[in-house]
Amino acid sequence: MLEPRDAADLAQIVADAAAQGRRLELRGGGTKAGFGAPRAVDVVSLRGLHGVVDYDPAELVLTVRAGTPLAEVEALVAGEGQMLAFEPWGDTGATIGGTVAAGVAGSRRVTAGSARDHLLGLTAISGRGEVFVAGAKVVKNVTGYDLPKLMAGSWGRLGAMAELTLKVLPDPREVVTMALRVDSPAAAHAAMAAALGSTADVSAAAALPDGTVLLRVAGFAPSVAARCAALPGLLAGHGALSVMAPVEAAPLWRRAMTGADLTGSVRWDVHLPPRAAPGLIAALPEGAEWSMDWGGGRLWVGIDQEDEAVRAAAAALGGEARLVLAPEAMRARVPAFQPRARGVMALEARVRRAFDPQDVFATGRFAEDADADSLSA
Amino acid sequence: MTIAMPVPDAETLAKRERIAQALRSIVPGEGVIDAPEALRPWESDGLTAYRQPPLLVVLPETTAQVSAVLAWCHAESVKVVPRGAGTSLSGGALPLADAVLLGLGKFKRVLEIDYEDRVAVVQPGVTNLAITQAVEGRGFYYAPDPSSQIACTIGGNVAENSGGVHCLKYGLTTNNVLGAEIVLMDGEIVRLGGRHLDPGGLDLLGVVVGSEGLLGVVTEVTVRILPKPETARAVLVGFPDAEQAGACVAQVIAEGIIPAGMEMMDRPAIHAAEAFVQVGYPLDVGALLIVEVDGPAAECDFLIGEIARIAGANGAVTSRVSDNEAERMAFWAGRKAAFPAVGRISPDYLCMDGTIPRRRLPDVLRRMEELSAEYGLRVANVFHAGDGNLHPLILYDANVPGELDKAEAFGADILRLCVAVGGVLTGEHGVGIEKRDLMPEMFSEADLKQQQRVKCAFDPELLLNPGKVFPVLHRCAELGRMHVHHGALPHPELPRF
Repeated sequence: MLEPRDAADLAQIVADAAAQGRRLELRGGGTKAGFGAPRAVDVVSLRGLHGVVDYDPAELVLTVRAGTPLAEVEALVAGEGQMLAFEPWGDTGATIGGTVAAGVAGSRRVTAGSARDHLLGLTAISGRGEVFVAGAKVVKNVTGYDLPKLMAGSWGRLGAMAELTLKVLPDPREVVTMALRVDSPAAAHAAMAAALGSTADVSAAAALPDGTVLLRVAGFAPSVAARCAALPGLLAGHGALSVMAPVEAAPLWRRAMTGADLTGSVRWDVHLPPRAAPGLIAALPEGAEWSMDWGGGRLWVGIDQEDEAVRAAAAALGGEARLVLAPEAMRARVPAFQPRARGVMALEARVRRAFDPQDVFATGRFAEDADADSLSA
Repeated sequence: MTIAMPVPDAETLAKRERIAQALRSIVPGEGVIDAPEALRPWESDGLTAYRQPPLLVVLPETTAQVSAVLAWCHAESVKVVPRGAGTSLSGGALPLADAVLLGLGKFKRVLEIDYEDRVAVVQPGVTNLAITQAVEGRGFYYAPDPSSQIACTIGGNVAENSGGVHCLKYGLTTNNVLGAEIVLMDGEIVRLGGRHLDPGGLDLLGVVVGSEGLLGVVTEVTVRILPKPETARAVLVGFPDAEQAGACVAQVIAEGIIPAGMEMMDRPAIHAAEAFVQVGYPLDVGALLIVEVDGPAAECDFLIGEIARIAGANGAVTSRVSDNEAERMAFWAGRKAAFPAVGRISPDYLCMDGTIPRRRLPDVLRRMEELSAEYGLRVANVFHAGDGNLHPLILYDANVPGELDKAEAFGADILRLCVAVGGVLTGEHGVGIEKRDLMPEMFSEADLKQQQRVKCAFDPELLLNPGKVFPVLHRCAELGRMHVHHGALPHPELPRF
C-alpha cells in the first residue's frame, strides 16, 4: 500500500502511475472496500493526509485534509455547537474524504442536502498527476464550474481529493422524535409526505416494516415545543402521534438510515421518488426485509436472491438501486450502480477522461471504468 | 469597454442568409428573427454596458427543435449563445456577431406538480416567481429568489446557479434542482438526475448548474418545492459602523441562528434608499442590518428576541421589530430598491458581486474607501451579510469620457481584493464576460485547464457560448495532451511505501 504524507507526495505517486500506465485505487479508511467489483490494483491510502487546515465556526466553513477520520471531524464541529448537516455516517475508521467521495448522507438529507451540497471547495490531484483547486472557501460562490459537485460521490474515479472545504451549520439545540403507527407502507409514505409538506418543519422522516413512522423535529426549544404541539393536528387522519424517548428512538433511526440490521446476503440501496416506495415494497419477494428513510425516497432492501429483480423494479418506478452488499461472485457480475441511458454513460465517460485520460483511477471496481472506451468511440 | 470578444468568423457572417433559411425550416413561422431592426431588443442582457446584435435569433418551441437547431449549427460550425430572460448581470447572454442567439422564451409551461413528493417539473422559460405562483395555492413555494425573480427564468437560474437573499438558509439553485433535460451542442438530448435524491454515477447535473450556458441547453427542469413558512418577521438594526454590524452578524451565527435573510447596507446605500422610498431608515447610522427569520410563529418570536439581544450587545443604536406584514415589507422596500435608488443619484453604476470571509469585512470596507478616493468615484455597499456576499455599487457617468474604464478598473481592484482576503470573484451573478479576465486572480492555469477539459467533454468544438467565463480559449486537442515522459520517473530514489 502506498502512503503519501502530503498532497505533493500524492501528486508524485499519481504522476508516476500515469507515466507507467499503472492503476491506483484511492482509499480512505477502507470501510467501503467491499463496494463494487472485486479487483486487484495498487492501493493508495490517504490516511496520512490528516488534520484540520482551518476552522472558523462563525464563517460556517471547515477546511480539512482528506484522510482525517470522520469521527474526529464530527467531534471537532460538535465541540463548537455545529454539525455536518448532511448527517454522514460510516463504520469506525471512515475518513471525511472517503465519506464525501462516496456521497454518504443520512436521514437529514431529505431537508438539508447531501455531501454534494456541503462540499464548497477542494484541492485534488487529477489522473494527470496535476494538483488543481476548485470551488472556494466561502459559503457562497459561483466562480467557474462547480467541480466539487462532480467530485462528491465520484468514488475516487476522477481524482484524489487532498483537502476539502465543507460548509458546517449550527447543531440544533433540541431534537425530538415524534412517532406514529400505520398499517401499510402506503400509509407510511402518506404520513411522511404530510409531515414533510407541513409547516412543522420536520427535518427527517423514516419508516420501519412494523408500521413505526419516525418524524424528527429539531431546533430551538420554544420552536420545537410549538411544532410538536402542532404536528398531531397537521397529521390528523394519519395516526396518533407521541413523543418517543431518545434512547428508544436512536436505534430505530439508525436502522432506517443505514439498513445495517437487515438480514440477507444481498443488500440494495434504492433511491426513488418517495411515492414509488410502497410499490417497490409490494414487488419484493417473500422474506425480503426493508427500511425506509428520506420520507420514502430511500429504501434499503435486504434479500437472499442474487438476481437483479430489485434493480429492474426500481427502474420501472423511476428510481435506481445500487448494490451495497453481495457475495463476491455477484459483485463481479452485477454493476454497483444502475446503468444510466447510453448517452449519459458516454457523457460521464468523457467527463471522467477529462480528469483521468490515462485511466489511472479506472480500477475495474465499476462497470463504468470498463465501458469508457466503447462508449466514447 | 475593456473586455474583448472573439473576432467574428467571416465565413459565418457571409452565410447568414443560408443559416436563416435552414433554421426557418426547423422552426417555422415567426421563430426566426433576422431583420436588423428586430435584432436590436436582443443586443444585450442585464450588463447593458455591452451591446452586440446577434447574427440572428431563433425561438424554438420544442426540445426536438432545440436539438435540430443545435445539430445543424454543430454540423455547420456555427456558434450558439443560449438565452433565458436576459437578466444576467455578468453578460452571460451577451450575443456574438457570428452566433445564433437561442432564446428559450417559448418554453413557458409548468408540466407537472407533485405536492406529495414536493417536486415541480417545468419548462426552462417559466419565470422563477411563476413556479411559486403555480404552487402557492397549496401552501408551497420555490425557495431561491433572485431579485429579478419576476423576470428571470428557471432555465437561466440553472445556467447561472442563481441565489437570492434567502440562500444562506435555503441554498442556491443547485441545492433545489433534482433533474434536468439538456441538449448538447451536437443535438443529443440527455436527461440528468430525475425525481429522486442522489442518483448514482457522476453528478453531471451538478456541473451543468452554474455552467453559464457553456455545457448544454436546458429544456426541462425538475425542482423541489417547499412548504411555505407559517410566518416571517424582520428586525431593522442600526449601528455606528460596519464593524459592529459585522460583529453582530458573526454572533448571531455563532449562537446557532441561521436567519432566512441577513442584509447590510452602508451609509451611502442607506441614504440613497431612504431618499428614494422613504421607509423610515435611520440616517445617522453607519450601517444598517435587516435580519429576517421565518418559520412557525413561536420560533420567529423567540429568534427575534434573541437577535435584538445580540444586536444590543454589539452596540446597536436603533432597533425596530416588524409587528405586521406591512411593516416587514417596508423594511425590505429600501433594500430592494437599493439599486434603482443608486441609479437616481448617479447616471450609471456598476454592481460588483464578490464574496469574502465575513471576518475580513472591516478591512475590505476600509480598503474600498481608499480605492474610492484614489479613483475619484463614489461607492455604495449592499451586502448579503449572512454569507459574505458583497455588492459594491460603483457610481460613474458613462457620458464622461474614460469614466466607464475607470469604474471597471475600480471594480476589478475590488474583486482582486476579495480574492486576496480569501474570497471569490462572484457569489451569485456569474463570471460571464464581466469577470472573465479576472479568473486567473482566483485560479491557476492548471485549475482553469481542468475546468476547460470538462467543457471539452460536453462541447469539444467550443461552439456553445464561446468567449464567456474563460479568459483564454484553448483548443480541446491541446488540452488533451499529456506531458509525461514515459517511464522516466522524477525521483526514482525516493522510497514509496
